This record gives sequence, structure tokens and C-alpha cells, in this order.
Amino acid sequence: MSWFKRQTDKIGEIAPPEERTVKTEGIFVKCDNEDCGATIYRKDLKENLNVCPTCGYHFRITARERLQLLFDDGKYDERDTGIAPTNPLEFVDKSPYEVRLKKAQKATGLLDALITGEGRIGGVRTVVCAMEFNFIGGSMGSVVGEKITLAIEYCIDQRLPLIIVSCSGGARMQEGALSLMQMAKISAALARLDDHRLPYFSLMTNPTTGGVTASYAMLGDLNIAEPGAIIGFAGARVIEQTIRQKLPKGFQRSEFLLEHGMLDAVVDRRELKQFFVDALAFVCPDK
Amino acid sequence: MDLVNPTPANMEAINRVQLARHDKRPYALDFIKLLFTEFHELHGDRKFFDDPAIIAGMARFKGRPVAIVAHQKGRDIKERQARNFGMPKPDGYRKALRVMKLAEKFGRPILTFIDTPGAYPGIDAEERGQAEAIAVNLREMARITVPIIVTITGEGGSGGALAIGVGDVVNILENGVYSVITPEGCAAILWKDAAMAPQAAASLKVTARDLLLHGIVDEIIPEPEGGAHENWEMAAEIIGGYLERSLAESDKLSVKERLEKRYLKFRKMGAFERV
Ligand SMILES: [Zn+2]
Repeated sequence: MSWFKRQTDKIGEIAPPEERTVKTEGIFVKCDNEDCGATIYRKDLKENLNVCPTCGYHFRITARERLQLLFDDGKYDERDTGIAPTNPLEFVDKSPYEVRLKKAQKATGLLDALITGEGRIGGVRTVVCAMEFNFIGGSMGSVVGEKITLAIEYCIDQRLPLIIVSCSGGARMQEGALSLMQMAKISAALARLDDHRLPYFSLMTNPTTGGVTASYAMLGDLNIAEPGAIIGFAGARVIEQTIRQKLPKGFQRSEFLLEHGMLDAVVDRRELKQFFVDALAFVCPDK
Repeated sequence: MDLVNPTPANMEAINRVQLARHDKRPYALDFIKLLFTEFHELHGDRKFFDDPAIIAGMARFKGRPVAIVAHQKGRDIKERQARNFGMPKPDGYRKALRVMKLAEKFGRPILTFIDTPGAYPGIDAEERGQAEAIAVNLREMARITVPIIVTITGEGGSGGALAIGVGDVVNILENGVYSVITPEGCAAILWKDAAMAPQAAASLKVTARDLLLHGIVDEIIPEPEGGAHENWEMAAEIIGGYLERSLAESDKLSVKERLEKRYLKFRKMGAFERV
């Protein structure tokens, strides 16, 4: 996997994320679903694609795990690896933006919150952009916007299908209006992809909110979600403060959106790969 | 509000935010009266309801037929509530798109006016697809063939503003602001303290000058002495000049050139480095 070497060389002295996870993890995990709380062998959880065998709760997975899960034999080439964030607004809150970036880069081994991979899904050459929640909440700044736009333009050039896996709290505040404008930039590129009659599938995972939902996540030819994911525009707390009411149970969960007609399907992670294989066969010209 | 850390930069940013929200500031319907003739409002999204937080319609601008799409805040308490404080629901964005498509069909340019705290955060808005409505507008505005001229007259509140903000030219009034999140919201999240709003406003770079510097807007439209609220007529007249010039520029382009220019305008936004 040559892409991986290149990546680590650039950031330097960072252990590959897989290694670090293994070192720090115990043998058992407790299910994050409060109503379940089952104790699960970590090995069993991994084999079950990080879905609780007892209740079906979907644990969050990393962008790399996502790409390995989707591509045939877990193999892909990484694209647009050398695009790094800056601090255009010289943003300072409790800690400077540069410090937050460095921390996130060290923790994830990534330059920013998205990986673009190219490989095959059911034998069909496909580009997948996967967001990394561990990088500042998967927030969308200039780098995420640029990498997705480059991926779309590459799909147009090569006539390839595109999948974007969202996992994000929304636009990155520390890049201000530049983050906001990524919504327009990506959506404009998606208009072109659509004009070229090329397929785009959006997969929403827990969570997909704010400016990410209000741009590319909702613009798929198919909009699908993993079970139980929080999906919405406004945050639950903001809504509660605005309307001064408790929110109904299940509000902004995948199943709620499905019921309101906002999703094509809610797909269990264990059936996700086959779903994309079949969907790609549906949209790709017959051979 | 007790202000923490009142540096000149923080004070300037928060003062602009306050001017953008000034309760005597001219709103879309005021500008429409002063700038257009034969205005007829066109209501409803043909799907669910007529969102009063968004105004759409047909009018003449210096004799020429145009479509208008705008946020509308209310002046007094009653109107403010009726217009949901200028915070649109998905139906408002769908109405906006319906009228923009109408304009495209008949070859009329579109003028949009932005002034909103943001898209409405509510249960019904989420149920009916607030995110989807905004997203679809962003995609469709990128490929509408007629000229689109965007003017930020007051508050440019995040995705709720951008949803009518994709165009060939994006201009902002001198005391307008445009931001990914309200300074109060940002302060509450990053500082866990709403009193840090002035610091957040400065950090977010919400002022017209900062937006121009970062390539978010094309031009800053000057306001009358003291601000647009001091002299609505003069403010409208100045805006009219900018609209006329922006329209003339977009008119000169073929559809292909116009769409390419619009694409590249947003395509180049962002700041990153190649390593
Ligand atoms: Zn469980």
C-alpha cells in the first residue's frame, strides 16, 4: 500500500493509526447503546464490522476502515494526499487553530478530515471520499471542500461513479465564511457531475449535520444512511433553545428521516457493500 | 451584554453586526419599493405553504423585467413573529427556487437580497428537509442560465443566507455581515460563553472588508453617513447603481461564459497549501 507510506513520510514521526489503536485498546468493549450495554469481545465486534452483535448499534469507524470496508479486497489508491490546512483567518479561540490542527493531525495521521480513495466496488472503478470524525469533529473546511471538488472533477474527467461518506458536525468555524463557501463550491461541482449524467451516492453516518447535510450529503442520486445516525441541519440543542420544547424521541435519526421521505434507504453496515454493488450495477451502463 | 476583551478589532466587528441587525435598517420590501416598479409578489412553493420569511416576485428594474428573491424580516413585534424573524423554512427556499426557475424559463435576470439570522432551526423545518432544500438551491443556482446578482443587505446568516446567495456577482453593503455561524453561537460553542460574541465576531472575520479580503464578496457597497438606516432612499439609490453595473457585466456574457465564470468564482474559494 504505497499511499500509506507517502502519507506518513509527509507528516513524520506518527505511528500508523491502526498500530496505535491496537496498543491502547482492551479485550472487551461495552456497547455504546445505553439500552443495550452488552459486553462485547473486541475481536467479535471487529468481525461484525463494528456493529453490536446484540442490538445492532453501529459504532463509529474511521475513514480508513470505511474505505477498506467498501472497496474490493479493502484495496484502494489514495488521491490528492498533499493538501493541507492553513489558518487563513488567524483564528484564535481558547487554543489557536494551528494547535488544534496539529493535535488532530497527530491523533489521526491525516492532514485533514477527509480521505479520497479510488478502487473497485464489485469490480466497478469508483471514487470514494470518506470523512474522518476524529479530525475536529469531521468539520468541513477548505481542505475537505477542495478534496471533494477535485474528486468530483476527476470523476467527470474519467467518467467514474462517486460515493461520499459523510461523518461531520458541519462547517469548520475556524475557517469562517471560507468554510461556508465550500458548500457552494462542492454543490456547483455536483451540478456538473449531474449534467454529465454520472452517478453520485451519498452515505450519511453518525453524525451528519449542519453545512455538510445542507450541501453534498443531501444531493446524491441516492441518499442513504446507516441505522440510528443523527442527521439534520440544525443541532438538537439549538432547536430546543429556539422552540423551548423537548424534541420527540428518535428526532433526526436515520429512521425519522426515512419516515419523512428524506432518504432512499437505511442500510445496515453489514449489507452496505452489497447495496453499493447492486446500486452501481443499476446506474452503470450494461456491458 | 457584558463585553469581555473589548479590543478595537472586537468592537468594530460586533458594531457591524449590530448595524446589520439595526431595527431601523431597510429590509427587502423597503428596497423593493424604492428600487423597482410594477412589483408583484409571487407566493408559495406549490408543495406545502407560503413562507413569509422569503419574498419572491416579478418587477421592473429601470424598466427591465426581473425576478426578485429576498429574505424579509419584520419591522414591529407582530410582523417579526409573522415573518419568523426572517428565518426561512424549507418551503421558503423551495419557493425561491420555483421563482428563480420561472425567471430562467423566460430569460429574466434574478436579483437576490440577503438578510437573515439563518435558516429556521425547528422541528417542522427538519421534518420537511431544511438541509435538502438548501442543498438543492446551491446546486441549482450554480446552473441557472440567466444572470444572478446577489446583494447582502444585512445579516448573511450561514447556509440560510447562502441558499439564495450563489450568483455571478455577490456584493455586500458596508455594514452587512456574512458568517458561517452567528457570533453568539460561535462564542457559546468555542468559549462556552455568549459574552465572548465580540471576540467571536472578530475571529470569524464577518465584516465586509474582511470578506472582500478573503474573496467571498466582489464589492462593498457604501452606505449613507451613519448607516443605511439613516437614509433609506440614498442607500437604495447607491445599491441601484451597483445592480445596474453588475447586470450589464453579466449581460455581456454568453450562457456558457456566464456559467463558467460563476463556477470558477466559487471554485477558487478556500485556503490551503500543497505539501
Ligand atoms: Zn448493543
